[in-house]
Amino acid sequence: MPDETITLEVTRYRPGHDREPRSQSFTVPYRKDWVVLDALNYIKDRIDGTLSYRWSCRMGVCGSCGMMVNGVPKLTCAAFLRDFQPGPVRVEPLANFPVVRDLVISLDDFMEKLLRVKPWIIRQTEKPVAEGEHRQTPAQLEVFKQFSMCINCMLCYAACPVYAMHPGFIGPAAAALAYRYNLDSRDEGYRFREPVLNDSVGVWECTFIGECSVVCPKGVDPAAAIQRSKVAGAQDWAKSMLMPWRGRS
Amino acid sequence: MAADEAYVHDILIIGGGGAGLRAAIAAATTSSRLSIAVLSKVYPMRSHTVSAEGGAAAVMRDDDSLDTHAKDTIFGSDFLADQDAVEVFVNEAPGEMIQIEHWGCPWSRDPDGRVAVRPFGGMTVDRTLYAADKTGFHMLHTLFQTSLKYDSIVRYDEWFATSLLVEDGRVAGVAAINLHNGEVRAITAKAVIICTGGAGRVFPFTTNAAIKTGDGMTLAYRAGVPLKDMEFMQYHPTGLPGTGILMTEASRGEGGYLKNKDGYRYLQDYGLGPETSTPVHRKMELGPRDILSRCHMQELAKGRTFEGPDGHYVHLDLRHLGEKVIDKKLPFVRELVRNYVGIDPVYEPIPVRPVIHYTMGGISTDIEARTPLAGLYAAGEAACVSINGANRLGSNSLTELLVFGARAGRAAARAAQEAPAPKSNPIAQLVSDERRRLERRILKADGRERIADIRETMHKAMEEGAGIYRDRAGLEKTCQTLRELRERFDRIGLADRDPVFNTEVVAALELDSMLDVAAAVAQGALLREESRGAQARTDFPKRDDARFLKHSLAYHTPDGPRIEYAPVTITRWPPEERKY
Repeated sequence: MPDETITLEVTRYRPGHDREPRSQSFTVPYRKDWVVLDALNYIKDRIDGTLSYRWSCRMGVCGSCGMMVNGVPKLTCAAFLRDFQPGPVRVEPLANFPVVRDLVISLDDFMEKLLRVKPWIIRQTEKPVAEGEHRQTPAQLEVFKQFSMCINCMLCYAACPVYAMHPGFIGPAAAALAYRYNLDSRDEGYRFREPVLNDSVGVWECTFIGECSVVCPKGVDPAAAIQRSKVAGAQDWAKSMLMPWRGRS
Repeated sequence: MAADEAYVHDILIIGGGGAGLRAAIAAATTSSRLSIAVLSKVYPMRSHTVSAEGGAAAVMRDDDSLDTHAKDTIFGSDFLADQDAVEVFVNEAPGEMIQIEHWGCPWSRDPDGRVAVRPFGGMTVDRTLYAADKTGFHMLHTLFQTSLKYDSIVRYDEWFATSLLVEDGRVAGVAAINLHNGEVRAITAKAVIICTGGAGRVFPFTTNAAIKTGDGMTLAYRAGVPLKDMEFMQYHPTGLPGTGILMTEASRGEGGYLKNKDGYRYLQDYGLGPETSTPVHRKMELGPRDILSRCHMQELAKGRTFEGPDGHYVHLDLRHLGEKVIDKKLPFVRELVRNYVGIDPVYEPIPVRPVIHYTMGGISTDIEARTPLAGLYAAGEAACVSINGANRLGSNSLTELLVFGARAGRAAARAAQEAPAPKSNPIAQLVSDERRRLERRILKADGRERIADIRETMHKAMEEGAGIYRDRAGLEKTCQTLRELRERFDRIGLADRDPVFNTEVVAALELDSMLDVAAAVAQGALLREESRGAQARTDFPKRDDARFLKHSLAYHTPDGPRIEYAPVTITRWPPEERKY
């Protein structure tokens, strides 16, 4: 084991038992190839088995391990200790969410919002499988692809000042996914998602601060999705009244 | 609802990854009147399907044929696949690809708008559909988001199933812990489908996510259902040293080279040549995973691998592909290598070594995804039909989870429409028994053994005795160590007594599963005295069809696994020597 160490200041909190969150210090070995998640696993295995947090793929794609690291929302599997030397490294649960325990936050609000934006292909008539695939050119794919890269890690909600003030805000990830389906050449569901996006706590609340796009680990750029949805919302309002099923090739 | 009352559904699916979600949608579309529950220890979008990179195989083009896909799969399996199952699989694969395309999967496309295909290891034709190199991620999110539109599908997110409830010889549901409050509840159903994925975490060095601990396999195993062909664990030849993060086979499908420390494309020394500058199907870097992993170990023995802080490695060289191809076809590889190795594959070769990747074995099912226990089904990596036999071909597993997930969902829906509802009295008794068992063994365990120590010893034993090359002495030692660990597990102690989100309890349950799975792997490997696919015995270096053209079936007993054998179904492809 290397002699060098680094200290983590980890938030411990059990709503219902503890009056308020507290910080607990743990000193762990420092390895330059370790991420914050490795340090948490070391604590869990070797120092304190009661520490609670989520993780799984440890390669930045399952979206489980988002936490505040020195005040910034990060995937802890992609946050290297070497970038926080000499420490201490502050590890807290994602901001703007109710805490279940320690570093585990509740996803209930997002799951409900995700459902509300109808993140699935909506068509007037389903094409039978026997008729084969929809043709979609690389250019048509490119139009929405970026917005399909969301891993639901919740970093954008933790960074969003509007969500902090108005928990009713549909939020960056859900808005980006709605936009993703609206832009898909196979989809005809715009008019069903548009009311969700345009209601009073929808995209109009967003003041284009863009923190969501800064913290997104997948380059989704939810801020752009929200701004473009606003423009589309204004332009398409009249059209959608006249042509409920937007014609698409 | 009172704490003793059960949640009641028609169909219960354990696992919310690709297979589980496909099964749920198939059941929902079979009959809208069925109540379908998806229970998972994580939220569905966290499931390990998300990490699959390279693609999904299906016959989509005129230059391909179902027979060729079947033959490649059977050949790749070293003739241990059941050929009737493979025929079903290749037949239904194209329809499943189109179905998920209709649901919005962002497949990469050709200029004319058709879904694009790429070459993959062991396949004679370009037939692997892909969504850049995040195919599993896109498939999983497409399935999850599509599942949201069915009101009849309800979810138990972050629940851990601890045992199957069996009533009169028929599965009647599960007992499960709600991780959010620690309650142990019965969830009943007329049919249960296990789709919990593989068990790569029984090894220390794996591409598999932390959650891949074989829990679903042990649910079935402990209820008397055999685990089939567990000795076949696949090493993927290209993982990052240290982390084990997968460098997709698509890197080689797109033309990447494997080079030893002399910069030499060593695969030509092992019958995979001749060396060519662009990929040729089934040759060189497009050889199958079991063979490529062994070639690496041969290079190590010859002293021709690199040595780094995380052990031996070779180079995966993508530089000649150029930045444009890498960014378009392999963006995730570039992202991962930049983040986790700190180099850019556009300019530098990637250090790689073989790493445990896939569990060919699993819960024994037939081609309708049925297990021998009435009402119980399984699909995906958790199951063994078997289409993969002794070695799975890359890009068959994403297809498998769709084809057999859908089959399981439809079969369970048919069964649930006819089966009797579970009776509440026996269920209440079963779940209170389970509650007591959990309290005694896990929840209030106060022994001196630590979870991490037992897990580490298991890892070491598996790597040393049941790795790429195996022999009797090593396997016997591993089996012995695993028996000792089983005893030590009875003396574990947990520090965490909190009912809310107790991840130490989860870790203990997972370790409990892994010890069973590991023993089935090692025992199967010990008794299979031959080399076939992923099982390479140095003391039995040849395939032995006379003795072992058979599936192994591991049955749970208090003294460890009991191994029996069952015939392999051969239809149109008689076994021949497997040479590439």
